[in-house]
Amino acid sequence: MGRPRIGLIVNPVAGLGGRFALKGTDGAALERALERGALPVAPERARRAILRLVDSGGGFDLVAGAGSMGEESAEDTRAMAAEMANLGLALVLFAGGDGTARDVLDALGSRLPILGIPSGVKMHSAVFATSPEAAGEVAASFVHGRTRLADAEIMDIDEAALRAGRLSARLYGHARVPLLRRLVQGPKMGATPDGDGELAALCNLLAAEAEPGRLLILGPGTTLARIKARLGIEGTLAGIDVVRGRALAAKDADEARILALLDAEQANALPPRVIVGVVGGQGFLFGRGNQPLGPQVLRRLGRSQIVIAAAAEKILSLDPPYLRVDTGDPNTDRWLCGHLAVRTGPKRTLIVKVTA
Amino acid sequence: MMKNGGLREYRSASWDEPVVMELGYPGRRGMVFGEVDAAIAAKVGAAEALLPAAMRRRRPPALPELSEPEVLRHYLHLSQQTLGMLGVNLFGTCTMKYNPRAGEAVMARPQVAETHPLQHADTLQGTLELVHGFDLILRELSGMDRFVFQAAGGADAAYTHACVTRAHLAARGELGKRDEIVTTIQTHPCNPATAATAGFKVVTLMLDERGYPSLDALKAALSDRTAALMVNNPDDMGIYNPEIKEWVRLVHEAGGLCFYDHANFNGVMGKLRARELGFDACMYMLHKTFGAPKGGGGPAVGAYGCTAELARYLPGPVVAFDGAKYRLDSDRPDSLGKVREFWGNVPQVLKAYAWARAMGAEGIHEASDLSVLANNYMEKKLLAIRGVTKSNPHIDAWRMEMTRYSLGVLKEDTGVGVADMQHRMVDFGVDAPWLSHEPWLVAEPFTPEAGEMWSKEDIDYWIAALARVSEEAYRDPEIVKTAPHNQSIAKIRTDGLEDPERWATTWRAYRRKHRKA
Repeated sequence: MGRPRIGLIVNPVAGLGGRFALKGTDGAALERALERGALPVAPERARRAILRLVDSGGGFDLVAGAGSMGEESAEDTRAMAAEMANLGLALVLFAGGDGTARDVLDALGSRLPILGIPSGVKMHSAVFATSPEAAGEVAASFVHGRTRLADAEIMDIDEAALRAGRLSARLYGHARVPLLRRLVQGPKMGATPDGDGELAALCNLLAAEAEPGRLLILGPGTTLARIKARLGIEGTLAGIDVVRGRALAAKDADEARILALLDAEQANALPPRVIVGVVGGQGFLFGRGNQPLGPQVLRRLGRSQIVIAAAAEKILSLDPPYLRVDTGDPNTDRWLCGHLAVRTGPKRTLIVKVTA
Repeated sequence: MMKNGGLREYRSASWDEPVVMELGYPGRRGMVFGEVDAAIAAKVGAAEALLPAAMRRRRPPALPELSEPEVLRHYLHLSQQTLGMLGVNLFGTCTMKYNPRAGEAVMARPQVAETHPLQHADTLQGTLELVHGFDLILRELSGMDRFVFQAAGGADAAYTHACVTRAHLAARGELGKRDEIVTTIQTHPCNPATAATAGFKVVTLMLDERGYPSLDALKAALSDRTAALMVNNPDDMGIYNPEIKEWVRLVHEAGGLCFYDHANFNGVMGKLRARELGFDACMYMLHKTFGAPKGGGGPAVGAYGCTAELARYLPGPVVAFDGAKYRLDSDRPDSLGKVREFWGNVPQVLKAYAWARAMGAEGIHEASDLSVLANNYMEKKLLAIRGVTKSNPHIDAWRMEMTRYSLGVLKEDTGVGVADMQHRMVDFGVDAPWLSHEPWLVAEPFTPEAGEMWSKEDIDYWIAALARVSEEAYRDPEIVKTAPHNQSIAKIRTDGLEDPERWATTWRAYRRKHRKA
């Protein structure tokens, strides 16, 4: 086996607008950033990551585009990523933000593991290391076979809405990334080889507990996809599905459809329930990727019928360790605030603070 | 002026010692037994006939074949290659205390060494008196009504509490209904683990910005399903939760029991009583606080104490005293049974008794003060070292007998993390420091603890070693990353320990996984 090869993509304009509170460097924002004398951020951050990568053992080849790795547009990123898809790379490192992450995902899908060197303005996706140096270390650890892969969410923020001062996001897709354990547990402490077992068992349990008479709303994401798979339904990964027992009642439902289904349940002694996951990195519970679960739906369900399922590690790596809600209605957000139980295993629950 | 900043250039012996399975020669024996006397053989028959046929080995076990001196030499070589406790060891959360020789001398006396728990109690009056005496000492320190010493360590004592809770619920007809035990993310992991082992669900509270969970979080966790609360206070970050009385009140109001994991009692011993805070039960580890040896030369002892109301569920036998005579009471119909055989590792109890009597009430009080003082002295000096920060740095409250630190900044700046630091510290004869119980809430954590026993010079030496590691990390990180340099075995790759394809805890597994023909 030859030396592992790592692809490197740098989005030189990523992060330019950050210091000017421009909420991104897409389209017109880029021009305004350049007008104000913004200097490239991503190349320097990529350099820091590569230095740490080399320092952490070396033994790899780096594959990058010609010149200043200059990508000037989304097409450049996608073209370079597409090129890299067939080079037999172990990992693609990219320096950029959420936009770059989406472009890389568009070109590579989940064929190749990727890892973000945090360089953008917006980094809501869970594919970024905590710092350029951390990216270098995680990459080194991965190519030397010491880190496993996990699914991570890539978010799509509504740029126009964001610049208008309103956060709005949906789940764009999932990438395979080396497990980013900010809180790495030393092997001497008996870390389990498969830390995922608790979550897998919880998903099995939640599926087994689905009562035939209860309407169950299932949010998006990989955790919920497992529950959907255990229920044996043809659900969606990025959308909201509704079941009654093991029967699919609605697939990729929008808010109106969910409200209509709830209307029909008013006489049911078993109140409808929702199961949602948590967006890694940011800790969003509602308002990112699951907008159909809007204020009306949540109020109708009631706080006690919200079941949250997530890996303990995901919650513990939140900094600060709070869940966040952004339903679009401040009153509903306040109503959700306080503490909610997050189920992390069949017999394990974390009580986590919810903030708006 | 001492050379090398006062740090010793330690050098370990290196014997290049093979695994014992690779030593020896076919047929070599440590001891050769004579033929069985014909008269005895005629009476009892062949030795193998004493075992049921299904339990007999078909092939002899694959044991190394060595003479007695070869075995001794092997283990002496290994001990020389091991650093354990020969230098300064501030292994936090464990409180590495010196074990007075006097305790060992007492244990070697035939009145202790040659007794057995199955002897009639009439012939064990002195031992029972000391065990009872230590029970009384712990009652005084905790306010509880009765202690038992059967649990073989802190985790076993936590398990005892989970079992007492089960028995208590069963007696009230609430077993199965109350099935949740509440704990905190910083409480020692043996609490959620033993609660789960005893069949309970675990509800864990996260910390808030003050370094302990809020009352709101606790209220969100409590319900008619709450069986018990199991917590440390202070926890390993050294922060004392001043709202603990209100916690206990809320848990009682919800119908649950309250258990104080006092495994490490050093910071508050003599200062507060668990019972006065409202707790129903508590636990002490005799080797963390009471000067008994780690591991105990056998099992350790987790001393479990509780209120009179819960005492009837305690594992037995318990020592009873009628004013004239001691006896072992096994006739306790409500007892949960046993969590371990007999009545505990008695030599540990006697050593702890000796320690407590030697210290006296005033000495225990002073030791607590010294441990807090030493920690705060250490904090001042450690935070002056480049790359070192502490957990919850924004909290300016005094830390108790421990503080959790972070090398997150050092790691970010130099790539040198706590594992590298551990590897380098041993080069100066300092045992690898304790990092943190899981989960790691602090990046690159380490948790030193001086207790009352280590001298100022010892503490200064330890700090100097860490300062040296930091200085090297910024000047030439490779020195630290490739450490240890002065040990018999250099850096060990630990990733195999997480990989079922590679880990091997037996010789057979090692051969199967690593020596495939």
